[in-house]
Amino acid sequence: MAARTVTDPKELAIFEVRDLWAYYNEKPAIRKVSLKIPEKKITAIMGPSGCGKTTFIRCLNRLHELTPGASIKGEILLRDKNILEMDPVLVRRKIGMVFQRPNPFPTMTIYDNVIAGYKLLGVRLKREEADRIVEEALRKAALWDEVKDSLHKRGTYLSGGQQQRLCIARALAVKPEVLLMDEPTSALDPKSTAKIEELIVELKRSVTIVIVTHNIAQAGRVADYTAFFYLGELVEFGPTSEIFTVPKDPRTEEFLKGKFG
Amino acid sequence: MRAQDADRLFYYLCGGLALGLILLVIGIGLTLLWGSLPSIKAFGFKFLWGKVWDPVNEEFGALPFIVGTLITSFLALIITFPFAISSGIFLAEYAPPRIAGPLSALIELLAGIPSVIYGLWALFYLVPVVRWFEMRLGAPPFGLGLPTASLVLAIMILPYAASITREVLKMVPQELKEAAYGLGATRWEVIRGVCLPYASSGIVAGLVLSLGRALGETMAVTMVIGNRSEMPTSFWDLANTMASVIANEFTEASKDIHLAALIEVGLLLFVITLLVNILARMVIIRLKVK
Ligand SMILES: Nc1ncnc2c1ncn2[C@@H]1O[C@H](COP(=O)(O)OP(=O)(O)OP(=O)(O)O)[C@@H](O)[C@H]1O
Ligand SMILES: [Mg+2]
Repeated sequence: MAARTVTDPKELAIFEVRDLWAYYNEKPAIRKVSLKIPEKKITAIMGPSGCGKTTFIRCLNRLHELTPGASIKGEILLRDKNILEMDPVLVRRKIGMVFQRPNPFPTMTIYDNVIAGYKLLGVRLKREEADRIVEEALRKAALWDEVKDSLHKRGTYLSGGQQQRLCIARALAVKPEVLLMDEPTSALDPKSTAKIEELIVELKRSVTIVIVTHNIAQAGRVADYTAFFYLGELVEFGPTSEIFTVPKDPRTEEFLKGKFG
Repeated sequence: MRAQDADRLFYYLCGGLALGLILLVIGIGLTLLWGSLPSIKAFGFKFLWGKVWDPVNEEFGALPFIVGTLITSFLALIITFPFAISSGIFLAEYAPPRIAGPLSALIELLAGIPSVIYGLWALFYLVPVVRWFEMRLGAPPFGLGLPTASLVLAIMILPYAASITREVLKMVPQELKEAAYGLGATRWEVIRGVCLPYASSGIVAGLVLSLGRALGETMAVTMVIGNRSEMPTSFWDLANTMASVIANEFTEASKDIHLAALIEVGLLLFVITLLVNILARMVIIRLKVK
């Protein structure tokens, strides 16, 4: 088990990334990144625009390879099993994703959006079971009270913040082990942002979260660990409090002072 | 001041031309109406359900052609449907860009082949094939007739239906597809659960537009439908469509009332295709608003 420990020996790693390279048309966007992501914690991925944050988390659920011309090299161990050697479809069922822009399915109702992970895969749920999953997921996503009377309306009628929470509910409904979030609040107003941050902290009791954020304050508020990327490389990784107070690398320090993007 | 004048001139020029086009369509409709007045006066609404088309005894009913047109067009649509959907899906979702590009261009090229070429090809290749089937099945071995016309039409509208399907599938936002992939859906599950529902009204509109083409298609159909002006009684019958009877009889029509009846068939066809096209556009507009 020693191999799975993180910087802090008390924590177990759920992901271990080893020498990861990710390319777009042979051009590397992630360069030899190695990193352990602790279980049931919130890990923030930070860095200036274009440094490879999105690319990195899209590798973690093998969404990266959907981009034409994209490829991956290295190892990503999920509980000691290399996901790059697994069926990508099975990987994605274990690792949920929330995108930068809310993207509920416009042809589906709120209810169907939440259980989309079952419906799309052709899993037949009993009525009561579906109802239970929908309510549970919406409660976890702090959206239940707002939509419980309009479950059979289209998800696209909701506000941006509500849509994003619907997408979180959709991801949670299939009970993923890890939830990846790519700047989930960057398209939202401050109030919705605060609500989602609160939700993220609440969620870490049941799921590991990896969140990309541009917002230093946000990382400070929610993240237990922070990884700092620069030009495709992992510059620094550690407990957020350490990274923020005593950064070891001058580039991290400059970023925190707001010198670049 | 000058620039403003040029702008205004351009505005009136474009507006005028656009208006001219609309007037042209209205003019065509009025001409058809004018030309068919003698027939309308003589037969009234009975023209629509009269089963007898007899130029010698001057009795004209258009029902056999209306039926011929509807049967061939809808059959063509039904035959084309699975091919159009599957090739549209293949081009939009499965084929790598290197193949999809040239293949789409090729399919669009098919749409540009003159109708008479399809007709010739059908006469030489499709007619023997259909005759072979008819002989196996114990039907009169004409080779020509409703089935052959439907098949030619199906082939002719396939490029339209397939490229419209491909285009509306291409319009499905990548982020929706990624959301579905992110939930662990396979490619087919993404297509079935996300892309097809999203594109459905566009696909329907595309099929209706293709139907509009099939309704009015003349040359190829005239060559293979057998040109019999009686009410078809079986699927294997020789028949005529509205378009084919006009093409076939217009030059030989020596009596005024025969001519007027043919023009009235034209008027009917004009109205039907116009309605079908308006319907398809309305679906497309609603799609864009959504
Ligand atoms: N689809 C693509 N094709 C080619 N290159 C890409 C593609 N997507 C990203 N890149 C390149 O990969 C690098 C990393 O991009 P990525 O989107 O991961 O950055 P990011 O850190 O998420 O940036 P941002 O903060 O702006 O979202 C960039 O140099 C970008 O130009
Ligand atoms: Mg990004």
